[in-house]
Amino acid sequence: MSNILDVKEVTKTYSSHIALNNVSISVPKGAVFGLLGPNGAGKTSLIRIINQITGPDKGSILLDGQPLNPSHTYNIGYLPEERGLYKKMEVGEQAIYLAQLKGLSRAEAVKRLKYWFEKFEIKAWWRKKVEELSKGMQQKVQFIVTIIHEPSLLILDEPFSGFDPINANLIKDELLALNKQGTSIILSTHRMESVEELCTDIALINLSRKVLDGSIGEVRRSFSTNEFEVIHDGDLGNNSSLYSIKSSSPYLDTTKSVITLGSNSSNEVLRAILSNTTIHSFRELIPSMNDIFIQSVTNSGNHE
Amino acid sequence: MNKILLIIQREYITRVRKKSFIIMTIVGPLLMALLMLAPILIHKFSKDNHYKIKVIDEAPKVFTTLMPGSEQFQFINDTISLSEAKKAFNPETDYGILYVPADYIKNAGGIVLITEKQANVEVKSYIEDALQKQIENEKLKSKGIDQSTLESIKTSINLKTQTIRGQKSNTELTTAVGFIGGILIYMFIFLYGAQVMRGVIEEKTNRIVEVIISSVKPFELMMGKIIGVALVGLTQFLLWIVLTMTISTGVSAVFANKMSGAEIVKAQTHTPNMGIDGKEQEKVSKEDMMTIFENMDSINFTLIVGCFIFYFLGGYLLYSALFAAIGAAVDNETETQQFMLPVTIPLIFSFVVAQSIITNPDSQMGFWFSIIPLTSPVVMMVRIAFGVTAWEIALSMSLLVVGFIITTWIAAKIYRTGILLYGKKVTYKELSKWLFYKS
Repeated sequence: MSNILDVKEVTKTYSSHIALNNVSISVPKGAVFGLLGPNGAGKTSLIRIINQITGPDKGSILLDGQPLNPSHTYNIGYLPEERGLYKKMEVGEQAIYLAQLKGLSRAEAVKRLKYWFEKFEIKAWWRKKVEELSKGMQQKVQFIVTIIHEPSLLILDEPFSGFDPINANLIKDELLALNKQGTSIILSTHRMESVEELCTDIALINLSRKVLDGSIGEVRRSFSTNEFEVIHDGDLGNNSSLYSIKSSSPYLDTTKSVITLGSNSSNEVLRAILSNTTIHSFRELIPSMNDIFIQSVTNSGNHE
Repeated sequence: MNKILLIIQREYITRVRKKSFIIMTIVGPLLMALLMLAPILIHKFSKDNHYKIKVIDEAPKVFTTLMPGSEQFQFINDTISLSEAKKAFNPETDYGILYVPADYIKNAGGIVLITEKQANVEVKSYIEDALQKQIENEKLKSKGIDQSTLESIKTSINLKTQTIRGQKSNTELTTAVGFIGGILIYMFIFLYGAQVMRGVIEEKTNRIVEVIISSVKPFELMMGKIIGVALVGLTQFLLWIVLTMTISTGVSAVFANKMSGAEIVKAQTHTPNMGIDGKEQEKVSKEDMMTIFENMDSINFTLIVGCFIFYFLGGYLLYSALFAAIGAAVDNETETQQFMLPVTIPLIFSFVVAQSIITNPDSQMGFWFSIIPLTSPVVMMVRIAFGVTAWEIALSMSLLVVGFIITTWIAAKIYRTGILLYGKKVTYKELSKWLFYKS
């Protein structure tokens, strides 16, 4: 599968510090790509370069195989972390303006906006001024104008901040629907649960360098510690040749143990302990994205 | 549609629709019309004030014959003594008592005006003028010059001026045209430059700027704003001219029925021509009016209007780019102070220079400040009505264009970096670094 976006060895320096140091990432077509990293790592710098707000000092960027050029702004939808609207302007008028800046004709913009405003149940607010809207409603308007020109690549920086759980779900569902229709999405967020829920691929940036990337399955597997959680009656019995017990604690009227496997497969271990006691549950403890994030950042150095 | 046109359109429409714009457009001409009509109105209303003044004249007969009075001033001769007159003084009907001693010609200091409250300037100067003339005439008569000679001596003159090429000129008119043009440019730069700055700050504090510059270049956004606001300014300006002319011609048409031309001119110039009788004054006023209208031709209006538009726009573009840069460098309006000063100083300075060179438009100072781009829009506008050589205008204009390109270049660099920077207090040192960032 070809890539929608290729960032090749990009370096960006500001007078006082390096924002990006030789960073390369590839976003496959149709992916939901999590761009992760602590604050100040360089994510926003990278996103701004992809949006052609600033240019790289070194390196190149390909969108759908072509070097980035000004017409590509029509193919990208961008929802920045610092986002807002003109407060004194009418909602509808403003949405039309922003859609026109993304290359839509006025008539087409009106047609599509009406559809989305109806879908998000904010049509009654069309002629209201933005300052009369609640923050959640403003966020909905911002989301609509981000996707209104049907971009092939969506870049969302902390898209769920400011939404209540119901609206956050609404946005999530819309994102997944768009993704199903073929839109590639770059998601920059600190919420690891949304990463686990939505992302197919990730890249982690720390201290202006990429420290980790790949599909979410690969990444999690590579962080696997070979630990399993077993819920069982009585004693597991000690088979130190097969595994070691890391911890053991009462769980309801049973016992919950964490065991670390040696070189044997999980099936062999399960077979061995099945003969000793009753097993209620046996599952691999795959590290959460949260653990992976913290571990990677700590290993690569924490600048703060 | 072209993106920069979209931006201009938005900037223009949102501003023109604002209540403040509509109110300013209506109130501005009303104020201006009021200013133009104020002298006429004041004159008209002041006529309603009647001053009744008792004259205690110890130099019998002489004084009363020489106090003919007017619509406003009524003088009553009284033979009672000063102390009796003081007792009989009725503040309801009388304005004051004028005491003239018998030897008033020699002892002018002995003449006293007694009023209830402090005597007003109008009354005082009227009486002073009359007495001065009277005493002068008496003195001349005592030296053997008779009444008819005195009448023939009275003269009024209005010096006519013309240039070497035979053009008639009118110093007052030229001064007024130049100065008004200069002031308008000065005001326009300040008002609309500040609007550009506030617009940039608004976009920054609303956090909409990053959404927009992912679609357009920061430079396009900045220029779109500057041009959009300029069009708003021009619209307001044109509306002002049309409305002011409509209102003032309408109102003065009403007044013209009631007042003669001479009265209007008298009211507007507001100088009491005491020694000249009514007929002669009217003749003089008419001549004045004639010369003003004749001399309208002496000023090259195409040149002035052309230059006005050029310096108007040139000056605005030069300064508004800097105002946009200031807006981008700060987080809110209160922080603008530190950067405003270096931008406003040359502007205020040009206004001060304009006032001083009006008496001597061809001075060294006048020349240099009408060449330097930061001051030339105001200063050259003042000078131009007096006639400036073509090469000076050409030099000044081309330097203004160069200056505009330079400030826009600087502003674009600061703007580009500044609009995406939040919550950081920026220093001049930092600003200078931004100039050399690669895009």
